[in-house]
Amino acid sequence: MISIKTSNLTRTFGSNTAVDKLTIEIGEGEIFGLVGPDGAGKTTTMRLLTGILDPSGGEAWVHGKHVVKDSESLKDDIGYMSQRFGLYEDLTVIENINFYADIYGVPRGERKGRIDKLLGFSGLAPFAKRYAGKLSGGMKQKLGLACALIHTPKVLFLDEPTNGVDPVSRRDFWGILYEMLKEKVTILISTSYLDEAERCRRVGLIDKGRLLRCDTPAAIKAEQGAKTLEEAFIRIITQQGQITNPLSQIPT
Amino acid sequence: MSQDTTVAVEVHDLEKCFGSFVAVNRVNFQIARGEIFGFLGPNGAGKSTTIRMLCGILTPTSGSGKVAGFDIVREQRQIRQNIGYMSQKFSLYDDLTVEENIDFYSGLYRIPNSERAARKEEIIKTAGIEEFRTRLTKDISGGWKQRLALGCAIIHRPTIIFLDEPTSGVDPITRGNSWATIKEMAAHGVTVFVTTHYMDEAENCNRLALIYKGTRIAIGTPMEMKTVIMKDQVMEIQVPDSEIWSERVRAVSGVKQTALFGTAIHAVVESAEKTGPAIEALFKGAGVAGYTVRKILPSLEDVFVSLIEEYDHEHIKAA
Ligand SMILES: Nc1ncnc2c1ncn2[C@@H]1O[C@H](COP(=O)(O)OP(=O)(O)OP(=O)(O)O)[C@@H](O)[C@H]1O
Ligand SMILES: Nc1ncnc2c1ncn2[C@@H]1O[C@H](COP(=O)(O)OP(=O)(O)OP(=O)(O)O)[C@@H](O)[C@H]1O
Ligand SMILES: [Mg+2]
Ligand SMILES: [Mg+2]
Repeated sequence: MISIKTSNLTRTFGSNTAVDKLTIEIGEGEIFGLVGPDGAGKTTTMRLLTGILDPSGGEAWVHGKHVVKDSESLKDDIGYMSQRFGLYEDLTVIENINFYADIYGVPRGERKGRIDKLLGFSGLAPFAKRYAGKLSGGMKQKLGLACALIHTPKVLFLDEPTNGVDPVSRRDFWGILYEMLKEKVTILISTSYLDEAERCRRVGLIDKGRLLRCDTPAAIKAEQGAKTLEEAFIRIITQQGQITNPLSQIPT
Repeated sequence: MSQDTTVAVEVHDLEKCFGSFVAVNRVNFQIARGEIFGFLGPNGAGKSTTIRMLCGILTPTSGSGKVAGFDIVREQRQIRQNIGYMSQKFSLYDDLTVEENIDFYSGLYRIPNSERAARKEEIIKTAGIEEFRTRLTKDISGGWKQRLALGCAIIHRPTIIFLDEPTSGVDPITRGNSWATIKEMAAHGVTVFVTTHYMDEAENCNRLALIYKGTRIAIGTPMEMKTVIMKDQVMEIQVPDSEIWSERVRAVSGVKQTALFGTAIHAVVESAEKTGPAIEALFKGAGVAGYTVRKILPSLEDVFVSLIEEYDHEHIKAA
């Protein structure tokens, strides 16, 4: 079953095309990594797919729902953690988590187990009563993740979820994602860390809004004869630069 | 003034408490001029709190220290004028344009009028943000904001800079460029104090300190960290379906921990001679073809995880 489908999805800001005719299909229960240089269009893509931003062209469906026409009911099926997650700094750690559990309608009976698990991965258990505003940068990021993972949506969008998260927690976080995959959750995750992208089933590499590659990490590495996905990424993006630079220098 | 002009930063028993919570617990270190000093540790370890004390923003609860020869308790204002600081949170104004943000920092650091334009161009060029000059900062992507913030932090060419996660969320190519800039500054005698959660970046530092629960638990060069300070050994295992095998390898007696690095498994063991054969026996027994097991120099991530677990283990025993 297809979980996310886009067809020539496009978004412009003035004369700048942030997402340019993006066409992809992501299967149910798949973990798909979105990578690309700064400003490539990853966040914009997520915002289009979560119905926050309207496309300038093309179409997209998430879990069978049209992102524009069904944008309200779409919200029931998806979870989204934005790059700058909204925490309530004047609520404590546990109050923040409970607040999101209420919004998502997580049944009372299921809460305790989940909260314990999320506090465990994030190492926030000893700080449950601390105000979110007093947490360190990475602790805030992990609290944001805990809030996003408190429910089990059909489709989960994670925009650079591990920025600022330490190596130990990052390992635990991937453990939690793999558990969610067993429950058939579809995960679209963007990251600037290619060793993390290497853990996804497929990776979409975008640059200047355009999809340059969409394949398994192994296939992308093989194509470039690269040992790591990071090496392949750097090669593809620099080749791209060499092709586009001479063109951009043609006087108009 | 510091007696020894080759010392750029030094702290003695530096401590910071918030109420009854000890965020930084009597930390000691010295950093030489021109050194790239990496400050590593898990979330909440006390890295940013330490940096804020060194930058004259937060007053220590006890202990002492000097930065660029100035006292961190009595001369906070002088410190702030003489250092560069890039905070973990964006220190940019979202409702100003890119250029206006740079102008703001030029003013703040009293860059002479005659030099402002040139410095601005230099920053815009290094950060690769020519096309966004007049765009509001809130409308540029996360990675570009980070590049701009780094530029603003060094606009006044300080001799010591404190960079709190300068490359968080930045793409690999730009990260490589940022580290090239950092190394070039260090080569010109600038002292760099930097935090990162990316252990491949930490390899670029001359020396590292690992801090955990406010306490400095290790200090040394990257090589010392891997050879003398980490006592356990690491085996690298190449095997098809490494994800599934990782858990089974962890169950082998003598294996303390496993983790995936790309498609390879790293297994932390007390002795490679003893446990290596046991791991191979696991694959032989299952009839797996095409596996390799070999002892390697630990990665810094192996060191990081291993030292933290060792610390926890000892403290649980002691409690
Ligand atoms: N509200 C907006 N107004 C104008 N331009 C915008 C707006 N939002 C995004 N852009 C532009 O669209 C492009 C894509 O930005 P986007 O945030 O999607 O990139 P990204 O891939 O998420 O980058 P990063 O890895 O740095 O977060 C960039 O050129 C950005 O400046
Ligand atoms: N103003 C404050 N009041 C109470 N506690 C605080 C305050 N500032 C920091 N802390 C606590 O001090 C500890 C250390 O925080 P700090 O920001 O120094 O960590 P860090 O090592 O920089 O972590 P990260 O990697 O997540 O950035 C954390 O437990 C944090 O919650
Ligand atoms: Mg983004
Ligand atoms: Mg910090």
